[in-house]
Amino acid sequence: MILCRLKRCIIYSFFLFFGLIYSSLLSAWELSGYVGLESLAFIQEPLYKEQHQHYISGVIEAELYHEWDNGTQSFAFVPYFRGSQHDSNRTHFDIRELTWLKAADTWELRLGIRKVFWGVTESNHLVDVINQRDTVENADGEDKLGQPMMNLALIQDWGTVDLFILPGFRPRTYAGEEGRLRPELAVSGHLAEYDKNGYQRQVAYAVRWAHSMGDWDMGLSHFYGTSRDPVFLLKTADSGAVNLIPYYQNINQTGLDIQATLDSLLLKWEAIVRVSNTETAFASTVGFEYTFFNILSSGIDIGLLSEYLYDSRGTTAPSLTQDDFFIGSRLALNDIQDSQLLAGVMVDRVSGAQFYNIEASRRFFDSFKFEIEARFFNGAPPKDPAYFLRQDSHFRMELSYHF
Amino acid sequence: MSVNILNLGQISMKNVLLGLCLSMIASICMAELQTGIEIMQEVKFRNTGWKDMTADLEMVLTNNNGDEHRRKLAMKVLEIKDDGDKSLSVFNSPRDVKGTAFLSFTHALDADEQWLYLPALKRVKRISSSNKSGPFLGSEIAFEDLSSFELEKYKYTYLRDELLDSMDCFVIENEPQYEYSGYTRTIVWVDKARYIPIKIDYYDRKNTLLKTQTFNNYQQYLDKYWRADDLMMTNHVTGKSTQLFWHNYKFSNGLTARQFDKNSLKRSR
Repeated sequence: MILCRLKRCIIYSFFLFFGLIYSSLLSAWELSGYVGLESLAFIQEPLYKEQHQHYISGVIEAELYHEWDNGTQSFAFVPYFRGSQHDSNRTHFDIRELTWLKAADTWELRLGIRKVFWGVTESNHLVDVINQRDTVENADGEDKLGQPMMNLALIQDWGTVDLFILPGFRPRTYAGEEGRLRPELAVSGHLAEYDKNGYQRQVAYAVRWAHSMGDWDMGLSHFYGTSRDPVFLLKTADSGAVNLIPYYQNINQTGLDIQATLDSLLLKWEAIVRVSNTETAFASTVGFEYTFFNILSSGIDIGLLSEYLYDSRGTTAPSLTQDDFFIGSRLALNDIQDSQLLAGVMVDRVSGAQFYNIEASRRFFDSFKFEIEARFFNGAPPKDPAYFLRQDSHFRMELSYHF
Repeated sequence: MSVNILNLGQISMKNVLLGLCLSMIASICMAELQTGIEIMQEVKFRNTGWKDMTADLEMVLTNNNGDEHRRKLAMKVLEIKDDGDKSLSVFNSPRDVKGTAFLSFTHALDADEQWLYLPALKRVKRISSSNKSGPFLGSEIAFEDLSSFELEKYKYTYLRDELLDSMDCFVIENEPQYEYSGYTRTIVWVDKARYIPIKIDYYDRKNTLLKTQTFNNYQQYLDKYWRADDLMMTNHVTGKSTQLFWHNYKFSNGLTARQFDKNSLKRSR
C-alpha cells in the first residue's frame, strides 16, 4: 500500500519534471533545480517497535522562472517532492513557491505561495514566523512549507515596510508511527485543536519594518493569527485511546532582530514577546560570530559562533531550547569544490543535555553535491523535553544532481 | 676689442641657445615625469561618467593538471560619485549555487557594506567585508581585485617608462592604504596612449611576486570607456590560473540606487 503510494508519487514527479522541461522549451522560461538520494541512518536501535534503523528517500525540487517587463515582473513555480521509505508521513509534496511579482520604484507586490525569512541568529529562528516549518524534511528545522500570501513592500529612505495578508493555515507535519525523532506517542496531527476556527483560523496578518544604517541591520515585526508552532495536549478519546494532539493558539507576536557588523565580528540579537490566551512569553537569542579570513593566505576561513538561547516558557517552549548555550565553528576551504563544515553543540544550562550537530558539504564534477550531517543527542534526563530523542542520534547523507 | 665683443656676443648667444635647449628638454622631461598620483588621476578621470554597467562574467579556473571549472555570473555596477561603486552579482553556475547573489557598497577606505542572498532559505545575510584577500568563488581572483578603483585606496610611486607588447607604458607602484589587503604592493603597467592598465603584478605580504594579471582584447564603449574582454590571472606560487571573459557589456542603462538595495537583492536572478 505504501509502496503503491510511493510508486504513484514517483510517477507524478516524473510527469511534473518532464512537464516542466517541456514548458521551458516552449518559451524563454528558465528551469533549474535538483534531484537527490538520501540515506538516513540511525546509530542506535529504535525505542519503538514500529520504527526502523535506516531510511532511504529520494527528492526533487524544480524551479520554473520567467521574467518580463524589463525584469520588473516575474513568475516563479517551485514544486517539491520527497518520497521516503517506511514513514509515509515523510513522503510529501509541497509547492514551495508559486508567485507573481511586480516591482516598481517605491513598492513591490508579491501574490502567491512563498517562503519568507526574517532574522539574524544561527542556532534558532525566533523572529521567523511567516511559514510553517517542514519538520519531516529535516530535523534542523531550516526547511519550510510554502505559505499563500499577499505581500506589499513599501520602500522608503527610512527603511522597507512589508505588509502581509496570509490566507490559508498550514498545519505542521509529524513523523508517523514508523518514523524516528518522535515521542512515544506519534503526534496525531489530524486531531489538531485551534483557538479560532473558520476564517479566523485561516487568515493571519503581519507587518515588518527593516532597515540598514552603516554597520547596523535591524528589523521590527508583528504577527497576528494562528501560531505556526503548537503546544501539545494529551487527550483521551471516547474509545479510551490516548492521543498527543497539537493545539494551535491564536497569538500576537512582536519580534526584534538586530545585527551589528564590525569588521570580522558579527553581533546578533533576536527577541520576541508572544501573547496568547493562556500566557505572555518572552524569548531571546543573543550571540556573536567571529571569522578569521584567509588564514595564512591558504584561502581558508574559520568562524567561531556562540549564542545563548532563552525562553520564558521553559520546558513547555515549542523549541527544545529554553536556557541553552550554543557554540560552533564554521570552516570554509573556499576551494573549487566549495568544501564547507559547520560543527556545533547546544548545551542545556540546567540539565546538561547536549545536542551535537555537524554538517559538511562538497561539490563534485561541477553539478553534483554531497552533504553529510551528523546529529547526536546525549545526556537528556527523563524530565527534559529532549529525552524522547535519546536513541535517535543519526547520520544523514544526500547526494544530489543540480540542473 | 671688436673680436672680443663678437666673441662675448657669440658666447652669450651660445649660452642662451644652450639654456633654451636645456630648459626645453627639462620641460619635456617634466611633462613625461608626471607623478604616480597624476597618472592614476588621469586613469580614473578617463574612466568616469559611465553611470552604470551590466555584463555577464564567465570565469575559467584552471589547476596544475589543466582541469577546467567554469563559473558564470551576471553583474550590475552603479557608479557613485566621490565614493566606491555599488555592485550586484548573481551566480548562475555552478548550478548548486545558482541564484546566490552578492550586493556590495564599496568605499575607498571605510569598510565595504556587503550582503549575501541565499535562495534556498530566501535569506539575506549581512556579511563581514574584512575578507579582502580571500579567493572569490575558489578562483585566483581575490575579493579586493574585483572592488572598484578609488584613488584614495593606494599610495602611488612612478617607477619608470617601459615598452610592453609594443605599447609605451608608465610603470606605477601602488601601495594599498585600506585594511586587510593581502598585498604589500602591486605594480601596474598603464598604456600611455589610453591610460588603461595592461598588466598588474601582485606582491604578497612577504613581498614576493604572487600573481600577474594581464588585460587583453580591449574594446571601447560609448566612444570613451575601454574594457578588456579577456583577463588572465596567473598565480606564480600555485601554478593555478583564472581567466575572466566579459560578455554583453552595456553602459548607461539608466539604473538607480533602487536596483542596488536589499529588496532588489531578494529578487535578483
